[in-house]
Amino acid sequence: MGARSGKCICGEAKNEKSILIKKDFSKMANNEWPLWEVFIRSKQGLSHKHVGSLRAPDAEMAVENARDVYTRRSEGISIWVVESNNIHASHPSEADSLFEPAHSKVYRHPTFYDVPDGISHM
Amino acid sequence: MLEANINELERRFQEKIDNDQKIEPNDWMPDNYRQTLIRQISQHAHSEIVGMLPEGNWITRAPNLRRKAVLLAKVQDEAGHGLYLYSATETLGADREETIDDLHSGKAKYSSIFNYPTLSWADMGVIGWLVDGAAIMNQVPLCRCSYGPYARAMVRVCKEESFHQRQGYEIMMTLAKGTPEQKAMAQDALNRFWWPSLMMFGPNDAESTHTAQSMAWKIKRSTNDELRQQMVDITVPQAELIGLTIPDPDLKWNEEKQGYDYGEIDWDEFWSVVKGNGPCNKERVDARRKAKENGEWVREAANAYAAKQKMKKAS
Amino acid sequence: MSALFEYLVRLGDDSLILGHRLSEWCGHGPILEEDIAMTNIALDHVGQTTSLLKYAGEVEGKGRTEDDLAFLRFEREYRNVLLVEQANEDFGVTMMRQFLFDAYRKPLYEQLTKSSDVQLAAIAEKSLKETKYHLKHSAEWVIRLGDGTDESHERVQTALNNLWRYTDELFYTDQNDVELLANGVIFSSEELKKSWMEMVKTVLDRATLTIPNNGWQREGGRKGLHSEHLGYILAELQYMQRAYPGMEW
Repeated sequence: MGARSGKCICGEAKNEKSILIKKDFSKMANNEWPLWEVFIRSKQGLSHKHVGSLRAPDAEMAVENARDVYTRRSEGISIWVVESNNIHASHPSEADSLFEPAHSKVYRHPTFYDVPDGISHM
Repeated sequence: MLEANINELERRFQEKIDNDQKIEPNDWMPDNYRQTLIRQISQHAHSEIVGMLPEGNWITRAPNLRRKAVLLAKVQDEAGHGLYLYSATETLGADREETIDDLHSGKAKYSSIFNYPTLSWADMGVIGWLVDGAAIMNQVPLCRCSYGPYARAMVRVCKEESFHQRQGYEIMMTLAKGTPEQKAMAQDALNRFWWPSLMMFGPNDAESTHTAQSMAWKIKRSTNDELRQQMVDITVPQAELIGLTIPDPDLKWNEEKQGYDYGEIDWDEFWSVVKGNGPCNKERVDARRKAKENGEWVREAANAYAAKQKMKKAS
Repeated sequence: MSALFEYLVRLGDDSLILGHRLSEWCGHGPILEEDIAMTNIALDHVGQTTSLLKYAGEVEGKGRTEDDLAFLRFEREYRNVLLVEQANEDFGVTMMRQFLFDAYRKPLYEQLTKSSDVQLAAIAEKSLKETKYHLKHSAEWVIRLGDGTDESHERVQTALNNLWRYTDELFYTDQNDVELLANGVIFSSEELKKSWMEMVKTVLDRATLTIPNNGWQREGGRKGLHSEHLGYILAELQYMQRAYPGMEW
């Protein structure tokens, strides 16, 4: 998942050729419906998972379309839809600073601690 | 941007692919990789959508309620698969409407098999069996493709398609076990669709322009000829089992290679259909264009309504 | 012939023919998402046809299967209302036809869940869930098209004007229903019409559409007197069964 490409300011990776916005935005006043991201929670699922996207004129129809497109085989019992415009994603170029610091915090994991043999329920 | 920087980015990109890490929408990628993917995924999406037409042609004539429900569900799945794939191209910055316009203008290609007409009920069987069979063979390796959204879409597509091939084979089996008319209908369908099915894997490796680079990028994971051979080897015994004859006088088991040798594909026909001169190219694209044009006022109305509602909320 | 058999065939044929009409859209919808939605509804109708006609065959007791009933009757033996056989025309006509029908089908199934006939009640229970969604979907569309653009408004208003004449027939009752009513198998069609009218008025009002004041109504489908459309539908529907009689598929 992630925000749609072409919208991000691609920091260090800003290779103009590779960002494909050949779109003429004045033409966007055509009748294409907005894009929505769909999240489904399955029966056993604890949280909603991103499953894909679709087009719909408004939120109500987006939910209905999501039901028809993404739950044809009883994949879910709950649907969220979010207009793709409203999704903001972290950028891969910042992955180092965002996620690496957590690697060194091993003390957040239970296996970091010694527990004497014979102790259970801990 | 400096040449050196680009080289470094490309090196890191290829390293990621070599380590079987997925490329995600916001990751840096070479322009060619992006363009090749857009072309490949949108062709795939168009094939799903155009592929609805030859089968849709028989829904209202399906011979019983069970077959009707199955066929409807299958064609509907194809619409779904097209949609998943258009979603994947949109993550690459290719707008769905523009992608579809390329189909309508003839700029974008789709699988040539759908340019052949469906002339009897048995065609529903043979399409499920051979065409979906070939598609699955193409698609299973793509579940491991380097581009994340494409790979994930393919996982979903493959999972859903497993019934498509089975229902097709079941139709063929029923016909082959049926009356002489039914058996003849099945054999005729096989005769018409066998060669076009083998053409689905594309030109011979020697002629295929994209294979090497696509393999290195892991957006293609087996060559055309490898997949074609696999298809022949798997299908021949399936045909024998139900008493149908593969329409190829040169077909022969090759003990040494542990596979079948098969006759030469009519490449003139292949290229002619690719170039637009197949039996139904015009009808298929016309049907899709018409659907879009006839839907224009509907999409416009829904947008207008949504805009009015937003205004109401705001005031 | 038993009254229950006749009643089940009426319901089953509504689904059979409407499902047929909807499936004609497959591959030609105004947008991919809607193509999928319409085929979903068509699929539900094929499913309902199967349950209703299968049960009809059992009630009849002559060994006819759901397929025999769906594919091997003559035109005058089909019992669907005229509304469902009307042509798709454009998406506006299709959605208006769907809405007028769903708004009737939903309260009907609600009634039938309380039927004294256990199996009919069970079919109604299952179908009701599907029909609620159909109604939601078609109502949403009628509202959007009615209150969308000038063009869309005009198109669905025309659709409403043309289809209105087939709506009274949804509440058609005849001698056949008397026994069923008395035994609590089915319920009052007046009640049904009231709920229908309420729903129709609410939605058409939100859609800024006007009910035509032409009171002229057509009927005949329930007695097997159809419009010219049905013959062509059956020519397609029955093609395989007629061309290759008695074969397994």
